[in-house]
Amino acid sequence: MLEINHLRKTFGRLVAVDDVSFTLQRGQLLGLLGPNGAGKTTTVSMIAGIATPDSGHVLIAGRALSGDTDPAKRRIGLVPQDLALYEELTARDNLRFFGALYNLAGGALDRAIGAALELVELADRRNDRVKDFSGGMKRRLNLAAGLLHDPDILLLDEPTVGVDPQSRNAIFDNLEVLKGRGKALLYTTHYMEEAERLADRIVVIDHGRVIADDTLAGLQSRVAAAGSPPANLEAVFLTLTGRSLRD
Amino acid sequence: MPLRPLTAMVRKDLQLFFTDRRAVIMSFAVPIAIASFFGSIFSGPRGNAKPATIAVIVVDQDESTISQAVVAGLEQDRNLKVSRTAVDDARERVRRGRTSAAILIPKGFGDAAGLAFFSGQEKPALDVLFDPSHSMEVAMVRGILTAHVMQAVSAEMFGGRRGGELVDQTLAGLDSTSMPEDRRKLLRDLLGSVQTFYRQPDRSAGGTGLRGGLTMPYTVREEAMTAGTNVAYNGYAHSFAGMGIQFLLFAMANLGIEMLLERQRGLWKRLRSAPVSRLSLLAGKTVSGTIISLMTLSVSFGFAMIVFGVRIQGSLIGFLAVSTACALMAATFGLLVAAVGRTPASARGVTTLAVLMMVMLGGAWVPTFIFPAWLQQATLVVPARWAVDGLDAMTWRGIGVRGAIAPTLVLLGFAALFAGIASMRFRWEEA
Repeated sequence: MLEINHLRKTFGRLVAVDDVSFTLQRGQLLGLLGPNGAGKTTTVSMIAGIATPDSGHVLIAGRALSGDTDPAKRRIGLVPQDLALYEELTARDNLRFFGALYNLAGGALDRAIGAALELVELADRRNDRVKDFSGGMKRRLNLAAGLLHDPDILLLDEPTVGVDPQSRNAIFDNLEVLKGRGKALLYTTHYMEEAERLADRIVVIDHGRVIADDTLAGLQSRVAAAGSPPANLEAVFLTLTGRSLRD
Repeated sequence: MPLRPLTAMVRKDLQLFFTDRRAVIMSFAVPIAIASFFGSIFSGPRGNAKPATIAVIVVDQDESTISQAVVAGLEQDRNLKVSRTAVDDARERVRRGRTSAAILIPKGFGDAAGLAFFSGQEKPALDVLFDPSHSMEVAMVRGILTAHVMQAVSAEMFGGRRGGELVDQTLAGLDSTSMPEDRRKLLRDLLGSVQTFYRQPDRSAGGTGLRGGLTMPYTVREEAMTAGTNVAYNGYAHSFAGMGIQFLLFAMANLGIEMLLERQRGLWKRLRSAPVSRLSLLAGKTVSGTIISLMTLSVSFGFAMIVFGVRIQGSLIGFLAVSTACALMAATFGLLVAAVGRTPASARGVTTLAVLMMVMLGGAWVPTFIFPAWLQQATLVVPARWAVDGLDAMTWRGIGVRGAIAPTLVLLGFAALFAGIASMRFRWEEA
């Protein structure tokens, strides 16, 4: 469904992403892990078509995006790290606007809004302004906004930052449902337990480069000593990326 | 360009605008309040009302025939409001800014002025105390005073009893002057003729000639060049145009800052990830900005028409054309702010300064004719100047649709320039 081939992106002299490649299949959740500044968000931005790679390709169902208005962009849904919502508008008006950007209108738009709000359990708050929502509700609405146009690939950039355990679990449940529907999910996070719980495969990047691409069990087996129980993902992560602090 | 995303962006921006109470007040109520204030100051007399007068104090220490005639002339002048007081009080009142000027007529002024009238010797001084912050009014007072002094002195010298005595006195002292002999002879002949003139039988009968004194050899017919005869100048038309444009630019600069905030909040990532062209994204902002700007202008002028009787004396089509071009220029100015601004905070500071400079130089606060000539030319590169001039032309100046062509085209040119720079400088990459 999604194929990333040798992506590279620089900002001046800073190499943000360097020769990153991986694939993501339908019904799979891929955890993209890395320390701060590793290049996760830049990679997601290039996949979403909002940053242009210096070199390399992003293939959606075997085809590269051809520009801003490429209809293939409808197959991608982005859930940004920030709460990308209009606080002064109601949940419904936010979703109406974001749906219209994907040319949804009328009954189709209303049904999409209804389904997205039902999934994230905000249907009864549809007419409330976002500014009156809790942090967890905003996160769930942020997810709903990325789902409206029923994308095949969902890019989730740290979607649970700053939310309580209840909302986090609700989001996990949503993602399980979406995975069950055959969606391909790319999930970046700092929370190792999230990746342990959700990810079918994990890609670890550091300094812009892929340093591991495997299943959880495969990664654990890399660092486990013979005869000892499997290491948790955090230990694996620190072994792979080191303990030095990142800016 | 697909219309659905475009209309959705416009609708969303309008929703956001109307939910932001501060933006609505800044766009509608504040310009009306400030324009009403400026309009009341700069409206001038309406219809046949008395013109504004300058407050002047006169202190007559001489109390001669001539000085009393000067004071009487000043008191009758319709441009002055004369009051009388003592010297010390006059100084204090000017110093405190309670009156623009004080004229002190010293003792002996009348006789000295009469003697100097023909011989040009030992001219007496009139003291004018003035408030330096009212220099324009003082210049007017000086001119009015000159006319009344000349009239009073010449009237006395050619017809008054004391004038005759002074002519005799001048003749008697003529030989002691340092004047060349040939000129002295000519002056003696002239004064002799004046004496003969005094001795005419109808001297006291108020006849013709110079007995009324030297007066201005012309009168002035004034005609205010407004939309037509009997159409009074309405200063509110100018002030509502100026303040309307000022707050429209502020509103659109705010729209640009909102775009920077949207970027900070990650909203542009969502917008850019949708299959919407860059042109659609900028066009959506431009259209919503233009609609908000037009609403701002419409509400301001609607209020001015209902409350202050402002009328579109020129062309309605021209007014709509200038207003639309002006709104488009302001909307693209907002895009420019979003494109060149780095952060909302830094953009806010710079744009506030830019808008204030633009409206000040554009004549939005005070008409540009007050500016020096070079500045009047220089401000032609300021879009607000064309906007104000265009709206003035269509309202109180009453110029037809042809008068709207140049301002409309220039404003559209500025809009194209701003939009071009914005699209080139806009940060499309979201990483």
